[in-house]
Amino acid sequence: MKAILSTSDYLRNSDRFIDGLDFSDPHSFTIYSNPKWLNVHPAILTLLAAMAMKVGKENVRFDNLTALSGSYLDRMGLFDFTTQPSPYRINKKEEVGRFIPITIIRNSTEQSRFITDMIPLLHLPAGETDAIKYTVGELIRNVLEHSGSKEGAIVAAQYYKKSNTIRIGICDSGIGIKRSLQKYWSTHAQTDLDAIKWALVPGISGTTAREGGTEDNAGAGLFFIKSIAYVARNYFMMYSGSGIYKLLLHDKRIENPRLHSNPDDDRHSERNDAPYFQGTLVAIDLSLESKSEFTSLLALIREVYGKAIRERKKKKYREPKFI
Amino acid sequence: MKKERIRILGYAGEFAENKDIAKSLRVERILPALARNQTVTIDFFGVSGTTQSFIHALISEPIRRYRDVALENLEYSHCSGSVREVIRTVYDYMQESLDDTNL
Repeated sequence: MKAILSTSDYLRNSDRFIDGLDFSDPHSFTIYSNPKWLNVHPAILTLLAAMAMKVGKENVRFDNLTALSGSYLDRMGLFDFTTQPSPYRINKKEEVGRFIPITIIRNSTEQSRFITDMIPLLHLPAGETDAIKYTVGELIRNVLEHSGSKEGAIVAAQYYKKSNTIRIGICDSGIGIKRSLQKYWSTHAQTDLDAIKWALVPGISGTTAREGGTEDNAGAGLFFIKSIAYVARNYFMMYSGSGIYKLLLHDKRIENPRLHSNPDDDRHSERNDAPYFQGTLVAIDLSLESKSEFTSLLALIREVYGKAIRERKKKKYREPKFI
Repeated sequence: MKKERIRILGYAGEFAENKDIAKSLRVERILPALARNQTVTIDFFGVSGTTQSFIHALISEPIRRYRDVALENLEYSHCSGSVREVIRTVYDYMQESLDDTNL
């Protein structure tokens, strides 16, 4: 396997990084990098960690890692996934906070502990963190419940004070979204891309074909998170199998963007020809809003969610037989 | 009859997201209380937020199983704005699905 890190691996440019991925050799993993400068989204780090865990520490190698900014990889814990020593000397006591290194979460107890510890680690102001807790909580739970991954969820995050934004990545090397929807929604999940988009529709859960879900799952989590990202003009990306759905930013001049229950109606890019990744990666850039804005956002989501469920139900109503 | 009061903070912390806890509260406290036609007060004092998954795991089955009895006997106190919105969302779609099964 191989991956190539560049100078600007943000969500906006993620296609370049993804096109450079090669999963063909399952026994070794080489990470190539730009020799002068590296800028890596935490989601990419979680994907690298997932790939490294597949091949085993002793088979992971960095090639030509000379950029000074590569010390970020060390700080974020990527060298814990290889036996190759880090070429960097970092004082881990410096810059405490502002990031969450690559962390593996295997059960709901670890998830709750992570969510509690995450906010002080990021040094975030109180009252602006509900959207983050919400997003991270729901995404990790999705992995634990639906991915079938033995390794659990791999999480990393970075806070950017200037833009008051947090970049989050959550990855697993489980069964992928397409397979998780096969039991009840196979006709809607013919391709990886179709499966991703169907998983984003409100009320769709891999655990049941029933509207409203089961006692434990409603199928609302991903729709909520896409909506949180959309309203706040943030990037949101899902990569599973060969499919990628990336939510793009809506026009800045639109003050009250309209939420859509159908992901096709959102401004987005999509492809179904990415290098095949066995698992799921979710990446999001989340700007921090005040508590009242988050509450208003939830109210907006509720409205759209209810409307979507009603419209889908109506489609199932039988028409009168006029003869 | 005395009300059943469940203080979420003590079980799920200040951000309620652990579905396993929601499930155990549902099975051990809420469903038995509703079976006795008892009022259940779910107290969110000290809880700043919650997820839709947590609230769904807590109350969707009680609403589906006990319908009007649940809607009448479940009450919520000390809810922040975002907690209220999440509870309203679950109420909306659960009642839509009850309509479905009444067809």
